Amino acid sequence: MLYVEDLQVKLGDKEILRHIDLEIGTGETHILFGPNGSGKTSLLMTIMGYPQYRITGGKIMFKGEDITHMPINERARLGIGMSYQRPPTIDGVKTRQMVEICASDEVDIDALAREVNFSEFLERDINAGFSGGEIKRSELLQLMSQKADLLLFDEPESGVDLENISLIGNTISRLLQRDFKISPEKSQKERHRERTRMGLIITHTGFILDYITADKGQVLYDGVLTCTSNPREIFNCISRVGYEECVKCTF
Amino acid sequence: MHILDEKAKKAKDKKAALGMDIDLNAYDSKATPHPYMEDLKVLTEEEKKRLIMAGVDADEKGRSGTYIQKDSAVIHSHAKQEGLEVIPIKKALEKYDWVHEYYWKLASVDTDKYTARARLDLHDGYVIRALPGSRVVYPVQACLYLEKHGMSQNVHNIIIAEEDSELHIITGCATAPHLKDGLHIGVSEFYVKKNASLSFTMIHNWAENMLVRPRSVGRVEEGGLFLNNYICMKPVKSLQMYPTTYLVGKGAVARFYSLVVGSKGSEVDVGGRIFLQEPETRAEIVARAITNGADVVARGDLVGEQPGVKAHLECRGLILNGGSIHAIPELQGKVDGVEMSHEAAVGKIAQEEILYLMSRGLSEDEATATIVRGFLSVDIPGLPPELKTQIDKAVEQSDKDMM
Repeated sequence: MLYVEDLQVKLGDKEILRHIDLEIGTGETHILFGPNGSGKTSLLMTIMGYPQYRITGGKIMFKGEDITHMPINERARLGIGMSYQRPPTIDGVKTRQMVEICASDEVDIDALAREVNFSEFLERDINAGFSGGEIKRSELLQLMSQKADLLLFDEPESGVDLENISLIGNTISRLLQRDFKISPEKSQKERHRERTRMGLIITHTGFILDYITADKGQVLYDGVLTCTSNPREIFNCISRVGYEECVKCTF
Repeated sequence: MHILDEKAKKAKDKKAALGMDIDLNAYDSKATPHPYMEDLKVLTEEEKKRLIMAGVDADEKGRSGTYIQKDSAVIHSHAKQEGLEVIPIKKALEKYDWVHEYYWKLASVDTDKYTARARLDLHDGYVIRALPGSRVVYPVQACLYLEKHGMSQNVHNIIIAEEDSELHIITGCATAPHLKDGLHIGVSEFYVKKNASLSFTMIHNWAENMLVRPRSVGRVEEGGLFLNNYICMKPVKSLQMYPTTYLVGKGAVARFYSLVVGSKGSEVDVGGRIFLQEPETRAEIVARAITNGADVVARGDLVGEQPGVKAHLECRGLILNGGSIHAIPELQGKVDGVEMSHEAAVGKIAQEEILYLMSRGLSEDEATATIVRGFLSVDIPGLPPELKTQIDKAVEQSDKDMM
C-alpha cells in the first residue's frame, strides 16, 4: 500500500503541496480531481520521485518501505509506474526498446503491442510525432511491460479520440485488475479481495469513470487535499458548479 | 618534370585553409616495406581485432574484395567477384592507361601541403572499380593500417562506379596498438557515373597523437547516387577534412552522414560540401557530434546552382563532458527556385529524458548511455545490412569507452 503522511513539497521556491495525507490500500484505485494548477501532476511526480519536487516535510511509504528520498529508478523497480501526459521524445530510442527497458521479466512485446493496437509504432522513435492518443497507448504499453503495482496516470484520456477512449479505459481497468469477468472458480468478492494493484488517476473530463470503477475520489485544491469521497459524487458536483464548492472545504 | 609535380612542389609548404598547421618535416615519408600476404589468416589475433574495429573482416565473410595497406606497403589486394576490380594504385598507374584519366582529375595537387605531399611522395592506395552494370552487393573492404611510429603515410585512392553499377565500400583506418604518433594523408577521388550507386563508409580508429588529413573530392553524374558515411569514435590529436562533391548530372544525389565522438585533447574539424550543379539534383548532409572534452567543428556547405534543386543540412551536437562544438551550417542559393534548408542544434542531454528513462527502471548512467546511443543511431537509407551492423558495432563500442 501507499501511505503519504503530512507531505510538503516545493518546486523552486514555491510551496506546491501542503500537508498531504493520502492512503491507497492494496488493490485500491483512487481518482484525483482538481482544477488546473492545483498540484495534481506535482503529487504524482513527487510519488514517482522526480528530484525537482523537493520534499520539505512528511514522508512517503510504499510496501512498508520509506521511499521519501529513494531515487526514481529504485522506486520504479520497487513497483511504481507512471503514465505521463507529455513524455519527452528521445531521438534514436525506439518504442520497442522502451518497452524492453520497462520489462521486469520476459515479455512478449509484440503481443502486448497488439493489445493496445500499437504494433506499427514499435520501430518508431519513442514519442516522436505521436498524437495525444498515441502517447497514451505508448505509455500504457510501457506500464503493461513494467507490471508495476502502483500505477500513476496523468490524465489518461486527454487528447484521445472517441475511437480509442474505450480501448484506453478498458486497458487501464484490466491493468488495475478491475475488468469485469465471471469466473466459475471465483466469486466477485474473492476477485476483489485478490486485487493487488493500486491506481491513482488524474482526470479532468471524468470520461475515464465510464470504464473504471474506483474506490475513492480525492480533490486537490491549491496544494491541499480537501476531500475524500465517492468519485462519482465528486464528479457530479464538479460538473455542475466547477470547483467553487471546493473552496468552502479548503478554507 | 610533370606539370603537376611542378605545381605540387610550389605548394609543398602551403598551409591548409582549415585545421592546425602540421610540420611535415617532423614526419618521415620513407617507405617501410612489409611482405605481401596471399592469405590473411596469417595475421595475429591482435591484428585481426584491430582490423575488425576498422570494419575489416580477415575471413572476408560477407565481403566482395579486400585491400590492406600497412604503412607504405600493400600487403593484400584482391577482388572476389567478377565485375569488380581492386588494384593498388601504383600498379594500376603502371599497367592501365585508363587510370590516368582519373588520377588527380578531381582533387588538385596544390590544394595544400598535404595534397602536394601525396603527389610527390606517394606510397600507394587503392583503385576500386565496379564495371558497367555490375552489382557488387557485398561491400569491398579497405584498410590503411599504420604501424611505424612517427611515419607519414601518404595515400591516394580512386573509386569508380561505372554506369549502372552498384558498389559498396567499407574502409577503415587504424593504428597498431603500440603506435602513438603519426600522420595520415589520404587523397580520394570518387567517380559515380550515370545511374550508378556508390556507398562509401569510412570508420576511423586512430591513436591519441595521430594527425589526419584526408582530402576527398567526388563527382556524380546523371541519376547517380553517392552515399558517404563517416564514423570516428576514437581519440585523435587532430583530424581535419572537408570532402567536396559535385553533382554534375540531372537527378544526381549525394548524401553525407557523419558520426563523430571527440575525446579529451582531440581537435576534430569535419564537414562536407556539395555543389548542386544540375536540375533535380538533391543533397543531404546529416551530422551528429559528441564531445567528451574535444574541440569539434562540424561544417556543412550546400551550394545550389540550378533551379529546382533540393538540399538539406542537419547538424546536431551534444556536449557530454566538457569541450566545445562549433556548428557551421552554410547554404548558398545562387539562382531562383532552389529549395534549401538547414537545422543545427548544440546542447546537453535533457534531464527530462534521463528521468523518463529512470522512471522505467534504468540507473542514471544506463539512461545516459541509452540516450547517447540513440543520438548516434541515425537511420541511413540505402545501406546494406552488413554495413549497418558495422556502424552499430562502432557506436556500441564507443558507448562502452565513454561510460
